[in-house]
Amino acid sequence: MRRFALIAVPYLWLLALFLVPFLIVMKISLSDIALAIPPYTPKLDLTGGWDAVTSFFKALDFENFEFLTSDDLYWKAYLSSFKIALISTVLALLIGYPIAYSMARAAPEWRPTLLMLVILPFWTSFLIRVYAWMGILSNEGLLNQFLLWTGLISEPLTILNTNTAVYIGIVYTYLPFMILPIYSTLEKMDDSLLEAAEDLGCSRTSAFWLITVPLSKTGIIAGCFLVFIPTLGEFVIPSLLGGSQTLMIGKVLWEEFFNNRDWPVASAVAIILLLILIIPIILFQRNEQKQREMEG
Amino acid sequence: MAQEPLFEPWNDPSEKPLIQFKNVTKRFGDFIAIDDLTQDIYEKEFFALLGPSGCGKTTMMRMLGGFETPTSGTISIAGQDMNNVPPNKRAVNMMFQSYALFPHLSIYENIAFGLRRTDMAKDAIDARVNEMLKLTRLEKFAQRKPHQISGGQRQRVALARSLAKAPKLLLLDEPLGALDKKLRQDTQFELMDIQEKTGTTFVIVTHDQEEAMTVASRVAVMDEGRIIQVATPDAIYEAPNSTYVADFIGDVNLIKGTAELRVSSKPAEQTTPETLEAPADPFVDDTPRPQPNKLGEWLHDKVLSPIIGERDEPIKRLPPPSAAELTATPEVTSDIPEGGIALNWSDQHPAIIVSNGDEAQDGKALTFAIRPEKLNIAKDKPDAANALQGTVIDIAYLGNVSTYHVELKGGQMIKAQMANARRLAKRDITWEDTVWVSFTDTAGVLLER
Repeated sequence: MRRFALIAVPYLWLLALFLVPFLIVMKISLSDIALAIPPYTPKLDLTGGWDAVTSFFKALDFENFEFLTSDDLYWKAYLSSFKIALISTVLALLIGYPIAYSMARAAPEWRPTLLMLVILPFWTSFLIRVYAWMGILSNEGLLNQFLLWTGLISEPLTILNTNTAVYIGIVYTYLPFMILPIYSTLEKMDDSLLEAAEDLGCSRTSAFWLITVPLSKTGIIAGCFLVFIPTLGEFVIPSLLGGSQTLMIGKVLWEEFFNNRDWPVASAVAIILLLILIIPIILFQRNEQKQREMEG
Repeated sequence: MAQEPLFEPWNDPSEKPLIQFKNVTKRFGDFIAIDDLTQDIYEKEFFALLGPSGCGKTTMMRMLGGFETPTSGTISIAGQDMNNVPPNKRAVNMMFQSYALFPHLSIYENIAFGLRRTDMAKDAIDARVNEMLKLTRLEKFAQRKPHQISGGQRQRVALARSLAKAPKLLLLDEPLGALDKKLRQDTQFELMDIQEKTGTTFVIVTHDQEEAMTVASRVAVMDEGRIIQVATPDAIYEAPNSTYVADFIGDVNLIKGTAELRVSSKPAEQTTPETLEAPADPFVDDTPRPQPNKLGEWLHDKVLSPIIGERDEPIKRLPPPSAAELTATPEVTSDIPEGGIALNWSDQHPAIIVSNGDEAQDGKALTFAIRPEKLNIAKDKPDAANALQGTVIDIAYLGNVSTYHVELKGGQMIKAQMANARRLAKRDITWEDTVWVSFTDTAGVLLER
């Protein structure tokens, strides 16, 4: 009985906070727009009896999903989001791996401090940090002032409200999610493996590629997913740092909801985004499970 | 082994050493790990570095592998100065304490790893790996990953991997530390077997003296960055050069005392039976001879007297021992060669007679070292060169042997080991018994430091 209760807790949590909201959004995505509060029809009226329920289900259709395919804005937004997420992930990996590597190689007494420095930005609100980047990247911002002062440039660079600013913001925000899993795999690695590789004739560089990188594979995969998945649906960074040409699905979603008040279409966009994200999440978990089975 | 010629290249001046340490010092900050060390190791040797943790044995091995460079001095292998040669350029391979198997590679790929770093042809690599798999009896496990095999198998993979490149020198860093005792003993013999088959020079680091004694052709006992003694296992055990070595290798009793030349001592005269003192007539044989007991007397009188005559009457008896004699030097009845050293160590006990002691040690403060298994323990005073009286404090029953902890008068503790030839129930010595601990005049050694 107690074991059942223990298992029930996470399932209840998922049911209440994931499955029920998902079903509500799913239902809205199948509804039609209406000038009402809430702005869609039909609404389920249980007092009407069996006839009301059947007519409710009859009113649901896939109209909104068809609409998404008719307008190229949506698939372009999905594609653009995918591209931005992919590039950001690669950038975060290229910056995060050397950081994680040097952290894992640092003297043991320094590691907790370094780890704290990586986590430290989380102590400030995410929004405030993104606004701070606006202050840094704007035409009169700190970065341009500094570059003008050094004489490297004669005119301020336009960075804010471009895709460059979006990449900077995303990589900055999600870098810890890349560093931490890689660090944890590298830290666990036995130094004698590298010595053994050298002993068997490897140079330091080839030992890195033949031993260190394969052994940190799980960390790399985990870090990439942790950056890629939230970036795909990112809304705050592109809307604050990006410009009019920055097309991301999160932004489209927001506009459908709040500017157009078209909840059914917005819900359809959200459902598609969720389905797109579920695929890599399932792939990721399969990979992890396989790894565990192999090691177990 | 017995029919082979004696393998002792270290005693052959024409033999060139494979490895030479010349005045090697290694410092880590203020800590001196290796202190001005000079040592030769010969080809095909199985050389063991033995010592407690922190004695510098691992540092010495890591310098051979190229993972540390000496602060001063030179290490040469096959005549070549190795100080600036990185690990991947040395014909030296190492078997790591943790085995350091690559977890993402199969057993086959682990063994092939070193060979793939050379310009060896693919089928030659395959042949060599299969040869190594066969040597270490791992053929069945070639495609498994390291986490899918047992500890003993992993250890064999590590050995196969380090031998695959046929190194001139193989370093083994506590190779059997992670194995349980039974498996360790089997593996020790396997190691010796493989060393003999491949003819590779092995240098093994261990803190387990039993392991070092079993596998090595020579053992170097280290302490605080120095080698205290290098010798064959039997010489290290039987003739340690210091109390440190005697104490580190096996169990030992140490008794401190002052040496005295034995030539001038005259205990023999004082204790000789009176009948021998002044033979009145050289033709009268009155040396004591075995005397018959009651049954013998009766038989003689009733049966033999008509044939061989009357018994000699009265029987010549030794005078009863005086009280002083009981505590005097015990060589009363033994044939002890002249010379050697007597060690005065306690006013309540006779001096210990060490006939193999060096006479030049006269007058020095020395330590007498004797192994527990070289002591005999008995309830009655035995006929031995040295016999010391004490009380049994403790008995440790170890199955095949029992160790008796005996407290001598004056507080000196002595450990004596006796084989349990008889069943436990028949053991006649027990706690609190007063016993005699005895040993021959050559059973122990005298040590100056």
